[in-house]
Amino acid sequence: MNSLPLITSWLSLGSLEPHPNVTPSVIFGLGWLYLILFCMNVAWTWRSFHKGHHIDLPAFARGGHIPTAAIWATYSTVLMLVSLIHFSCASSPDSFWFIMPDFAKTAVDAVVADARYYFAVTTVGFVLMLLFRNWLAQPNIGWALLNLSLLFLTISLTDWDFRQIVGKPDNVPIVAMLFIVGFFTWVFFYRANENDRRSAQGRPPVEAENNEKVLTWPDLVYTEMICMIAVTALLILWGIALQAPLEEPASAVKTPNPSKAPWYFLGLQEMLVYYDPWLAGVVFPSVILGGMMAIPYIDFNKLGNGYYTFNDRKFAITTFMFGFMPLWIGMIVLGTFLRGPNWNVFGIYEFWDVHKLEALNNVNLSEYFWYGLGQPLPMAPAGSEFWTQAPYILLREAPGFLAIGFYLVALPGLMAGTIFKKFFVRMGFVRYMVFSNLVLMMAALPLKMVFRWAVNLKYFIAIPEWFFNV
Amino acid sequence: MPLKPPAAKDKKAAAGVDRRSFVALCFDPLVLAFGFMAVTSQVWVLALARFMFPNVLVEPPTAFKIGPASDYPLGGVSTKWLAARGVWIVHTDQYKGRNLIYALASVCTHLGCTPNWLEGEQKYKCPCHGSGFYVNGINFEGPAPRPLERVGLKLAADGQLEVDKSVKFQEEMGQWEDSNSFVDGSLA
Repeated sequence: MNSLPLITSWLSLGSLEPHPNVTPSVIFGLGWLYLILFCMNVAWTWRSFHKGHHIDLPAFARGGHIPTAAIWATYSTVLMLVSLIHFSCASSPDSFWFIMPDFAKTAVDAVVADARYYFAVTTVGFVLMLLFRNWLAQPNIGWALLNLSLLFLTISLTDWDFRQIVGKPDNVPIVAMLFIVGFFTWVFFYRANENDRRSAQGRPPVEAENNEKVLTWPDLVYTEMICMIAVTALLILWGIALQAPLEEPASAVKTPNPSKAPWYFLGLQEMLVYYDPWLAGVVFPSVILGGMMAIPYIDFNKLGNGYYTFNDRKFAITTFMFGFMPLWIGMIVLGTFLRGPNWNVFGIYEFWDVHKLEALNNVNLSEYFWYGLGQPLPMAPAGSEFWTQAPYILLREAPGFLAIGFYLVALPGLMAGTIFKKFFVRMGFVRYMVFSNLVLMMAALPLKMVFRWAVNLKYFIAIPEWFFNV
Repeated sequence: MPLKPPAAKDKKAAAGVDRRSFVALCFDPLVLAFGFMAVTSQVWVLALARFMFPNVLVEPPTAFKIGPASDYPLGGVSTKWLAARGVWIVHTDQYKGRNLIYALASVCTHLGCTPNWLEGEQKYKCPCHGSGFYVNGINFEGPAPRPLERVGLKLAADGQLEVDKSVKFQEEMGQWEDSNSFVDGSLA
């Protein structure tokens, strides 16, 4: 007689699943999370009630209108019930049903575990954010977005693999960072929209109208002190709650798998997947820093000084935000949550399998070109001198040199005659060349990523003999 | 409006430095202070340079014996010497169809992490940026621009194989043809 199930049930070990999606303590913790969400929404309901807004129903619903407070109150009630379900069902995790359904996990993983879709989704999301900024920046919509993201996070925590990634003490601040970035982006659009509306009506921006000066002492110093105390308290709590993710002593022959840079360098690490170290580790970071220093000298738009606006600085803000959100924050998210063992891309609900196989055979542009012509790569006779080899190597990589030359030399001229005509006229030759090359360098990263994912392109110019790969 | 100071006059004064005032200048406290500072920092730089060449180097010798060739059967990648010496001993006929034993340095040619040998997938896979290498060391996936480097391997007088990590052989430079970079696999 097999008595193992009996024994485990006596010991209340529950299932023998080594990676349980839900356990009593997980369900109990989620109950508290829903309770916090409930409290937040009660506060918001109270706010809505005092604001007194309402939503007009469409004609087929007989054109009535509902106060927004009623909607939030209903939603809060549902949250409280969900919380109660968690508290009362915590003892039987095996039959717990309020979890992320498998089909949803599969669908989400299919999108995020493929870098092409991930990048497409972040870029399209970025464009949609700019297009629908007026609608998104309403307080009720902002609150709904916050709730949606929190609900997604909370229900995702019913997945074991998701908990491993998000709950790692290293990664908790990245989760917080996502909400902080979202909040400040929302605040920017909220204020910018207000000023853009005013500007359309011919009124001065909020900042110009309410420019009452305040005193350094006490107004500023008090604010700073309160912030200081709050941040100190937060850091102490953080230090107590989350243990420092210390690892075993380092060994030169044992690299952790995956090996991740500190979170703020994950954008650079992602760049290193596509470009050679001298480019992604030296040239591009220098260009980013130098380019940011050059912005004030490139910028000829005198508007947008000292007040929030989007319409007055459309190009500048869109360019910066594209570099910051899909390219920097997006790459940090990709590096933190999606890159797993062997630097493969994993879904957020996917087990980090060291043996996950991805076909990643990469091909250089020169190989595409010469093999496409049905010819072997131009190669110098074996054992020849440097000066005999050089012409062969340059001929071999000629397609890459032409492509890069076209991109960095010819394209600025073409753009000056077409899409950047106004910029060229306003800036003059030197400033325009600096500007266009900076924009092209920034675009070089997503372009290379797309080429890598789409056609497995390795390097445009590949000269390993001279340590020169682009 | 404040007048511009007459610059030309100062230049004339500077030009009129005679021997006596030059000696006085040398003993000027400011000049002395900066002089001492310059000399001290030079000594610091020299001391730092000397620090880079320690008297005693506590490192294992670069040449070491790894046992007879028969320890390394065909088709195997030995990770026996990885932890201590940072080399894989590879016995394969996957490079230009020749039966060879050679030692690959366990340093990724992209940015220098230590790749893992994945027996099931028959490849070396770097955990840092995802570079992958075939069993023979040739790069095929990820950003690594060139194959793993071989280190020296020869048959010692006592019949054991001897690795020499002081020399490197790069495939893309045609150095894998060098007879010091491999041992005939039929010895195994």
